[in-house]
Order: sequence, then structure tokens, then C-alpha cells
Amino acid sequence: MPQLPDAQLLDRAMRARYGFCRMGSVSVAGNSLVESILFNRLLGMHGRVPLAYELIYEFVIAAAVVVPFVLTLAMMCIWMERKVAGHMQSRIGPNRVGPIGLLQSMADGIKLILKEDLCPDAADSLLFRLAPYLAFAPVFAAFLAMPFGPEFTFEPRLSVGVFWVLAILSVEVMGVILAGWSSNNKWSVYGAMREACQMVSYEIPLGLSILVGVMSAGTLNLVTLGNLQSGGIHTWLVCRNPFCFAAFFIYFIASLASTKRAPFDLPESESELVAGYHTEYSGMRFAFFFFADYAAMFVVGGIQAGLFFGSWNDPLGLVGYFHQRFITNGNQIGLLIVNLVAANIFISKAMLIIFLQMWLRWTLPRPRIDQVLYACVKVLLPLSCVLLLGAAAWGLLIESRSGVPWVDYNPWKFADWQHTPEGGALAGLVTQIILSLVIITSFTAVLGWVGYAAMNAGTVKKRLTDPANIVMPGRAAHQ
Amino acid sequence: MTHAIASLPPLAMALPTLNLSPDLLQTILFAIFAALTGGSAIMLVATKNIVRMAVALLMTLLGIGGLYFLLNAEFLAAVQLVVYAGGTLILIVFGVMLTSNSPFSRFEPSLLEKTLAILAAIILLASLLAAILSATGGEAAFANAALPSDQPYPMDALGQALLGDYLLPFELSSVLLLVVMIGAAFLAKGRRRETPADPFVNLTANDTKAAR
Repeated sequence: MPQLPDAQLLDRAMRARYGFCRMGSVSVAGNSLVESILFNRLLGMHGRVPLAYELIYEFVIAAAVVVPFVLTLAMMCIWMERKVAGHMQSRIGPNRVGPIGLLQSMADGIKLILKEDLCPDAADSLLFRLAPYLAFAPVFAAFLAMPFGPEFTFEPRLSVGVFWVLAILSVEVMGVILAGWSSNNKWSVYGAMREACQMVSYEIPLGLSILVGVMSAGTLNLVTLGNLQSGGIHTWLVCRNPFCFAAFFIYFIASLASTKRAPFDLPESESELVAGYHTEYSGMRFAFFFFADYAAMFVVGGIQAGLFFGSWNDPLGLVGYFHQRFITNGNQIGLLIVNLVAANIFISKAMLIIFLQMWLRWTLPRPRIDQVLYACVKVLLPLSCVLLLGAAAWGLLIESRSGVPWVDYNPWKFADWQHTPEGGALAGLVTQIILSLVIITSFTAVLGWVGYAAMNAGTVKKRLTDPANIVMPGRAAHQ
Repeated sequence: MTHAIASLPPLAMALPTLNLSPDLLQTILFAIFAALTGGSAIMLVATKNIVRMAVALLMTLLGIGGLYFLLNAEFLAAVQLVVYAGGTLILIVFGVMLTSNSPFSRFEPSLLEKTLAILAAIILLASLLAAILSATGGEAAFANAALPSDQPYPMDALGQALLGDYLLPFELSSVLLLVVMIGAAFLAKGRRRETPADPFVNLTANDTKAAR
């Protein structure tokens, strides 16, 4: 049996650095960067922070950073969704409230707060009122493990990271099912039943595709995963081996289904079920479902970015390089800046994935429920099982044979290049280079296409919306 | 800038000292989670509405997950959420939705059933208590029991134990799951054969045209 792989060594190192201070033990300052700057530098506590202060700090962070972040994010996502929908359909979208309609969600929120909070007579009122909270609250718990930066993670020591988020997302479904059931409305119950069977079945390919990535990395902790991918685009898990590359896409499809996004939005398909499980809801309770949906989209996109797509790292590996350098220097201001940059990169990546989800929503038609389940059980599930086997074989045949895998090379750390690779490493390197090139090329192609479309937006829109160019069927026959 | 900050007088002197010992914190958290678990368990038994029972069960399971977290068993807590709260419970509610014919299906056991259930519960509790107290040397064992460690059990060690030392039980349980899956597939297949043929299955394009 091989000794500890690199991932585990790094994990150990991370643990040594952060120290394990749990609820039961005496608290040690310096769990996170901000905490250490706040307590040691500003308050002068020098390593011995009373537990009460640390608790107060965590409550303040949760209430003043995480909750507003989620709410703002949901509002901006709703605005973005409407803008994307508008441009997909040759419309402008919201543009009245605020500059380019940015405050539209705010106006909608005020409207929803002012609306009456209705509860149908025949509904189970207790469950009806409880359900939005049950859908809304778990998503916050998922932010416990979101890796916004190497030191900007709420709980960097959570060793079950990815698994925790998966668990939390599976609890969220309960709120939706209860909402549908307690409304005592046939449309709502249909929506809830579709949600239940869709969620339970898509959890399997979702979990298996996560497992492919986790198996290649050797850890579940999202901070460790981010540090593993800090060497540039070729060290991102999606470029490490072809199986992770395929798992990236399977994860994306399964995550669409698990967040009820189109084309898998059968629980609320408006052409069949009015609005599905939230048909009977009004006012703020209705808004809670929307907040929960968009927060879950961010969580799912964040996991995808954090697990496969390099977490907070830029394609050149500069963030990882400077992070290590500042850690060795002990330069805390530099670390703070690196973390801020890292958080921006992470959020941009998650937003990019959210944009992809919106793009798909306004492009694809909705399949029937049996087609959705067919796609899961007969297509995605066997595919992800094959990927799991393949990733295991890859790990055994190629990565474990290379004494020094190329996987963790950081181009800015020249000491890395002095190692001599062994058999199998070359295959790994070639794969990484090819996959990196594939990703860079497709990304550039999409960017170029979007840029071209933006440059010619005026002419395209004019051609599409000019009445003279619109051919009406049957018009020629009448003339 | 850093020097300027470092030369400031320590603000910690001016702050009030809040004495919250880790033990006290842990006791408070334990009380919260225990109250959640116990209270919702009582609600589960007391209510007659089946879906409300499921919600109470969800709360119980979440409370137990919290207790696992207090014991530093993160993996167990996450498994608790995935398997029980996210899997089993949803299947229960799904089953209720599919089978119940009234909107608020109620569960009303007869007096005999209630008596039997109470008897079974008392016997189970008594035998468990007797077994625990006799096997490990009485109450003294609880007083001397090692507290859970401050560090969560590392995931890699857990995985190596499952696929190394305890491979046989692990594989046996997976075989059990396979048997269950095959059984479920067989049942679903057998049921379909009994139902009358779907009139829309064999429709051809001509049939639909004729229907119009």
C-alpha cells in the first residue's frame, strides 16, 4: 500500500496550520485570517481569545455577511435571469427601476412584502407556514463549507465539506414536498411528487460524479481541494484526467435537476401545473422559495467551481503562488488581498455556471417526467458508474506510478521543475495539457462569439425586430 | 501600516471579560439539540396526522445530527442527513402521497395496539438499560468513560478502515442493498404485467389521425 498521497499530506499540513479547535477544546486564535487580524492585531489578544468573543464573532459573520450575501445574490440572480431571458427573446428585459433595471428585484421584494400572506382554508396551516422556512434555512447551512478563498471559508476544517453540502441540499427537498402536500391542491401535490422522485433519483448521478472528482483529489474538504488546484489551469480537476472532465458535465446536468432548473423544472412547470408546489403561496412566503432556489443554484455552482473548476484559483496559478509566498513571509495584508482576489474569482466562476444554467433554461424545451427519469436511470447513472471505474483505473495505472505527479506543478515555482518524472507521469502530463487546451479553446470560442454578437448587436436586433423582415405565414396568399 | 496597528495599546484591556467555558457552551448546545430531539419525538408520537409525523421525525433526525456534530462525528452527521432526513423520510412522505386517499390521512390505532406498543417500548427500554448497566460495570463506567476526542475522526482513516479492516461487513451490506434493489425491480415489473394494457401505447400515427 502506498504511503500517504500528496493530497493527504497536504490535508495534514492544513490541519497542522489551522489547528483543530472544536467546541470542546480551548479556543486558539487564528482560525481564519480575518479573525487573527481582528483579535491579535486590533484587539491585542495575542493568541488567547475568549470563547465568548469567538462565538460573537461567528454570529456577527453569519448575520452580517452570509445572510445579506445570500439575499443580495438571489436578488441579482433574479434580475440577471430576467435580463438573460429578455435578450434571448429579443426583448430588453427590466429597464425601468434603477440603472438598466438593477433595482427591479428590490421593487418586487417591496411589493411581495406588502402583499397579504394568504393561507388556503383547506390547507394544513401549520405545515403550510413551516414549509418555506424548511426550504430556505438549509441552504444557509451549505455556506458553512463554501470556499470563497483559502482563508475566507466559514469553517475551513469541515472534513466532510462536499458531502455536507450534498446532505444539506437533500434536506432542502423536504420543504418543497411539504409545501406541495400541505397546500391541499392537486397541482401542488403533483409538483411535490415530481420533485420527490426527480430529486431522489438525480442524487445518485450527482453523488457519483462528485465521487469521481473527490477520488482523483483524495479529499472532501473544499479548502484542501482549492489548495490542490492552485497550480494553474492544468492542475484543475477538470483537466487532470478525462474521467473528471466527463464527470464535470454529468455533475452539471444532475445539478440542474437537483435545483429544479429548466429543462428539469417539472415540479413547477407552468404549462401543466399552474406553478407546481408554490401555486398557493403569496407574499413573502412565495419569495422565500425563490431565495432558496437561487441560493441553491449558487451553492451547486460553487461546488462545481470548487471541486472541478479550480476553486478560487486563476488559470495562471498566480493566486496559489502568492498565497504560499505570503504564508511563508507572514505578510497578513498581502494574504488579505490575495483572499479578496480569490473570493472574487470564486464568485465569478459560480456566477458563470449560474449564467450557463439560465442560458439552458431559455434555450431548451421541457421534457416529460418519464423522459427525465429515463435520462437519469438509463443514461446518466450508467455513465457515471463507468466514469467512476475509469477514474479508479486512472488513479491506479497512471497517477500512482508517477513518483512525482505533474498534477501539482505550479509554473511559478521553479523548484518543481527539477524533479524527474517517472513512468506514467508523461501520460498524465499530456492529458492535462490536452484537456487544458480544450477548455481554453472552448472558453475563448464562447467569449469570442459573445463579443462578436455584442459588437453586431445593433444590426442583429434590427434584423430580428424589423417588421419588414418578418414573414407572416399566409400573408402572400391573401395578397 | 502594520507597525502602526501593532503599536496601538491593546484594546483587549478595555473589553469586558465574558467567561464562557467550553464545557458550559457544550452543555448549552447539548440541551438545545436534546430538546429538539426529545420534543419532536414526543410530537411524533402525540400527533395523528401522518405528514406532521414525518415533519416531527425530520426534526428528530436533525437533532440527532446536531448531537453527532457535538461528538465531533462530522461524517456520521452528514450521513444522518443524507440517508435518513434526505432519503428515507422523503420516501416515507412519497409513499403517503401515493397511497392515501384523503387529503389529511390520519393514523388512529386501536386501544389494543396502543397497549402493545407501550408494553414493547417499556420492555425495550428496560432491557437496553439492564444490558448497558450490567455490561460495562454499572454507573461508574459512565463517570469514567472517555470523553470524545477534540479532533474529528479523519476521513481518510475512515475510508481506509471501511475498505481495509472492515471490508467483509462493508461488502456484505452492499450485497444486501443489491438484493433489495433486485427485489424492488422484480416487484415493480410484476405489478406492471397485471395492469390492463395502456390504450395509448399501441396507437399509430393513423390512429391519432382517425381520432381527430
